[in-house]
Amino acid sequence: MSKKGQLGSCWSDRSFKVCLFAVTATYLIFILLLVGSNLLYMVTDSEWSSWRENPIFKALAQEEIRNSIILSLITCTLSAFFSIAIAIPMGYFLKGKQFPGRALLDAILDIPIVLPPLVIGLSLLILFQFPPFTLALANFLPFVDDPTLTANALIVYQVPAVVIAQTTVASAFAIATLKGTFEQIDPRCEQVALTLGCSRFQAFSRVVLPEAAPGVITAWTLSWARSLGEFGPLLIFAGATRNKTEVLSTTVFLEMTIGNLEGAVAVSLLMILLSVLVLVVTRVWGKLELSL
Amino acid sequence: MIEFSNISLDQGNFSLHQVSFKIEKGQYAVLMGETGCGKTSLLEVLAGLKEVTSGTILLNGSDMTHARPAARGLGYVPQEGSLFASMTVSDNMAFALDVRKWKKEDQKARVQELSSMLGIEHLLNRSILGLSGGERQRVALGRALAFRPEVLLLDEPLSAVDENTRQSLCQLLKSIQKETGVTVLHVTHSPWEAEELGDVILRLHAGKIDKQEKVKGN
Repeated sequence: MSKKGQLGSCWSDRSFKVCLFAVTATYLIFILLLVGSNLLYMVTDSEWSSWRENPIFKALAQEEIRNSIILSLITCTLSAFFSIAIAIPMGYFLKGKQFPGRALLDAILDIPIVLPPLVIGLSLLILFQFPPFTLALANFLPFVDDPTLTANALIVYQVPAVVIAQTTVASAFAIATLKGTFEQIDPRCEQVALTLGCSRFQAFSRVVLPEAAPGVITAWTLSWARSLGEFGPLLIFAGATRNKTEVLSTTVFLEMTIGNLEGAVAVSLLMILLSVLVLVVTRVWGKLELSL
Repeated sequence: MIEFSNISLDQGNFSLHQVSFKIEKGQYAVLMGETGCGKTSLLEVLAGLKEVTSGTILLNGSDMTHARPAARGLGYVPQEGSLFASMTVSDNMAFALDVRKWKKEDQKARVQELSSMLGIEHLLNRSILGLSGGERQRVALGRALAFRPEVLLLDEPLSAVDENTRQSLCQLLKSIQKETGVTVLHVTHSPWEAEELGDVILRLHAGKIDKQEKVKGN
């Protein structure tokens, strides 16, 4: 038999592995360059001689940026917790269930992932222009003194709008993650727990949830990171008012619009730092929790 | 002790029709049948994990047909053990006791007693990850026996272990049953296991229990 006719030749195996490696390495290098370019820009294009003139220090010296950092940390953490609070019961409820319309339901759950961010913001804005959000709260809550106060006034273009906009998108990612997590858990474990004396809730809380812990941590991290990067829905639904609804993503936008590219890059670097920090802390903490 | 009267179950791809059998208190019953004939489903029906279409299940004379799994008080060991990966061996074994709010010292004493009977004292503080097939089955047995159930349901407990482990686990199952007097329903493909262990052999074929016979010498 000729060498050409041999099945599974060594050369084709090697070239296949090289192709896989090349794609992986190119993508990794691209991501690292993407992140590193911000740092490179600041080091090469900035005119600063001492650390105090460093654009990051300068950015941190501004009160509005410090407030933006604080608001970002608070809202991202709240949104991540809200997302998890929605995703855990939904992921568990939908686990392994097949019923007519399941594909449609999955498609509906993915809407916040596929919709353009500005459309999500606009949709939220429109939704809150309808009752019950426009009804006077005094009608339902006797302790509200102001007869004109509505939920719309308390939420739209206020801090709660930031959290709602972030949660709307982040929860879709958390649900997708946790649906997969719960589906991977052996259903027998839960059944055994039921035979050992557990109620449905006990089997869920004592057996299923601890087994889903790595997925919950991943979903929380993903939600937090998504919330930090959210911009479009925030701009439309919460606005970009300094010292009020400004978060780090809107800071980058605001600094860019006033021509302060250095400031925008500095804030971008802070966002990268925060994202990496949250990623590392949750991964390490997750591993520690699991090994205990 | 266990009485199935005209139990029917429709699962779409297979069904059980009017299955009836009886297992006396303290007997070791072995349920055999071809792959996919519904042996595991029968066990799940008894454990309360699947709802029957019709028929009655009596446990100790009480109608348990629609009772929750927790109310039936049966120890259940699935095929692969299905141990709780987030817990240690000791926590797995004490699980049913913790759910029943036993005192910690009583839980510890019961786990010690069982682990000594099962020969797994040295594993108590270990995570279940990394346990061998035989060790996993011993832990699963300990977990199911911890709350002293009157009935033990075993779903092919020896199918995923090597020959030596199979023989030693077989001896262990025999001695446990003798020591505790627990009524056992053991699902298997293996005629050897049936001969070794069974007081009664039930054969499930085409959705019905065909034969119920006593084996001599056990």
